[in-house]
Amino acid sequence: MSPQMIDRLLHGLLDTLTMVGASALVALAAGVPIAVLLVLTAPDGLSPAPRINRTLAAVVNGFRATPFIVLLVALLPLTRLVTGTTIGVWAAIVPLSISATPFFARIAEVSLREVDAGLIEAAQAMGCRRRQIVRHVLLPEALPGIVGGFTITVVTMIGASAMAGAVGAGGLGDLAIRYGYQRFDTTVMAAVIVVLIALVCVVQFAGDVAVRRLSAR
Amino acid sequence: MSEAHFARADEAPPPLASPHWTPKFVEPLMFDQSAERERAARAGSIGFRGVSKVYAASAAPALAGIDLAIEPGEIFGVIGRSGAGKSTLLRLINRLETATEGQVLVGGEDVGALNEDRLVALRRRVGMIFQHFNLMSAKTVAENVALPLVVAKRPRAEIESRVREALALVGLTDKRDAYPARLSGGQKQRVGVARALVAGPDVLLCDEATSALDPESTQSILALLKDINRRLGLTIVLITHEMSVIREICDRVLVLDRGAIAEVGLVWRVFGEPRHEATRTLLRPLARGLPEDVADRLRPDPAPQGRSDAIVELTFSGEGEPDIGAIAAALGGAKPRILSAQLDRIGGHTQGRLLLAVRLASSPNLSGLAPSSKVLGYVAADD
Ligand SMILES: Nc1ncnc2c1ncn2[C@@H]1O[C@H](COP(=O)(O)OP(=O)(O)OP(=O)(O)O)[C@@H](O)[C@H]1O
Ligand SMILES: [Mg+2]
Repeated sequence: MSPQMIDRLLHGLLDTLTMVGASALVALAAGVPIAVLLVLTAPDGLSPAPRINRTLAAVVNGFRATPFIVLLVALLPLTRLVTGTTIGVWAAIVPLSISATPFFARIAEVSLREVDAGLIEAAQAMGCRRRQIVRHVLLPEALPGIVGGFTITVVTMIGASAMAGAVGAGGLGDLAIRYGYQRFDTTVMAAVIVVLIALVCVVQFAGDVAVRRLSAR
Repeated sequence: MSEAHFARADEAPPPLASPHWTPKFVEPLMFDQSAERERAARAGSIGFRGVSKVYAASAAPALAGIDLAIEPGEIFGVIGRSGAGKSTLLRLINRLETATEGQVLVGGEDVGALNEDRLVALRRRVGMIFQHFNLMSAKTVAENVALPLVVAKRPRAEIESRVREALALVGLTDKRDAYPARLSGGQKQRVGVARALVAGPDVLLCDEATSALDPESTQSILALLKDINRRLGLTIVLITHEMSVIREICDRVLVLDRGAIAEVGLVWRVFGEPRHEATRTLLRPLARGLPEDVADRLRPDPAPQGRSDAIVELTFSGEGEPDIGAIAAALGGAKPRILSAQLDRIGGHTQGRLLLAVRLASSPNLSGLAPSSKVLGYVAADD
């Protein structure tokens, strides 16, 4: 592999990391509140609100049902509005975030739902308000599950980011398609795959360690 | 403090006095605790006025027409078979459930009429402990105990000192930085007690707080509850399936049957002469070890009409030998029959139990027949 190609590979890795990292932060920041809202407004939740719950659930499901590649194209106007451009790394971050957020929100919702009802009851009995229950009980108790779910989300996003080449965002996936698939350069293809596997392994390992730490107590 | 308390303290101990029975409210109080007790005495009363509870899902009411007054400072037991409405009754007190009808009063305040702020304030005065402890797994022991104060936004120094006191009270000072997963069941429940008490409540609610514990931990938790009841004068309402728990620490007991009050009264009265069938059913396990046909028919009192057999148990624990002639003579021609005999001679000493049926209307005189002898109850004679 030529030094040029190694340079491209590093560049692709950096692009992928930027896309996935930035979108993961958005998914985390938006997904947790959505998950909390879904749990709170559920019929058996702390503040039942059927209409809000149904609407939110429908929106979440709608985005989850749309394939990422479709979302990428369909969201172009929004992308232009937010980033001022429709090509490049930052243009990919918008659809990537929007696709990852509902995905992560659902996983986080499941973890929050699994918090023992007895704990919520104990919190109510000691005079906790709803906000305090979220902060002192729901989130800390669901944290291992949320971290595990975040790991899955990031891994999934690494895969999805490969399609970002469609908007000229570059990244490892784009590299693999352009050189490996279109120009039959199997060395590049193999190198990309190795790097991707390594990346996924690192993310999964870090996530597993974090979950184990959190649940060991 | 009302007349009723002193009246209760003056009652004679139950006939089968348990070694743990102690008169309540008669020992001298320590000076610095009297103010605290007086405050609790005002705030710790609980009243039910015509309370009914219907869960939307179920057709039959979980509770119906409950009228009840729980005195400040008493330990009040609630028993009843599964589904009788015990937990519902308890959860109405801190409004984890809302009454469908009627009023629940805590310290004279109508719980159902409180807005959110007042409800939160009320719940801070009512501690609760649970069968499965319900400790936050992500928090250390100290953090768990501190939580009621943290959410009440108490100053940090106060939280620190109160948590220290509460942990000392339950004897867990050295576990303050452990996570609940590392504690035994008994220790977890101690954390639960510390958490329930840390904010200085007037009332403590216990829903089967010892059901998940081994006998030794149960004893230590009961001793702890009794101790804090006496020292802090707080009202304790406790649900249990273990009659021994009621015998050991409760002043009064309420028997619930299918959502209604079957009977309520002083423990020794209710247990001594149960008036309701539900109570007798609950007490039946006390006749453990009896032949089944006898256990089924055993009643605490002789039948008012007709003839009854007294069931007499003689226990030999190494001293003395069962002298059949003396026994028959002592029972005065009442023709005792042996129902069962589990006697053994070990190293020259008689050990075991002799169960007799004696046709007598009144209690026979059993003194001196065996190291330990008692009338377990009566069964109506067949003929
Ligand atoms: N949240 C609920 N929704 C619907 N029905 C309920 C609910 N909680 C209790 N019930 C019903 O109310 C009745 C009384 O229940 P409760 O839990 O008070 O009984 P309990 O005496 O505490 O029983 P156990 O000894 O088994 O704990 C039962 O018939 C039960 O099925
Ligand atoms: Mg119950």
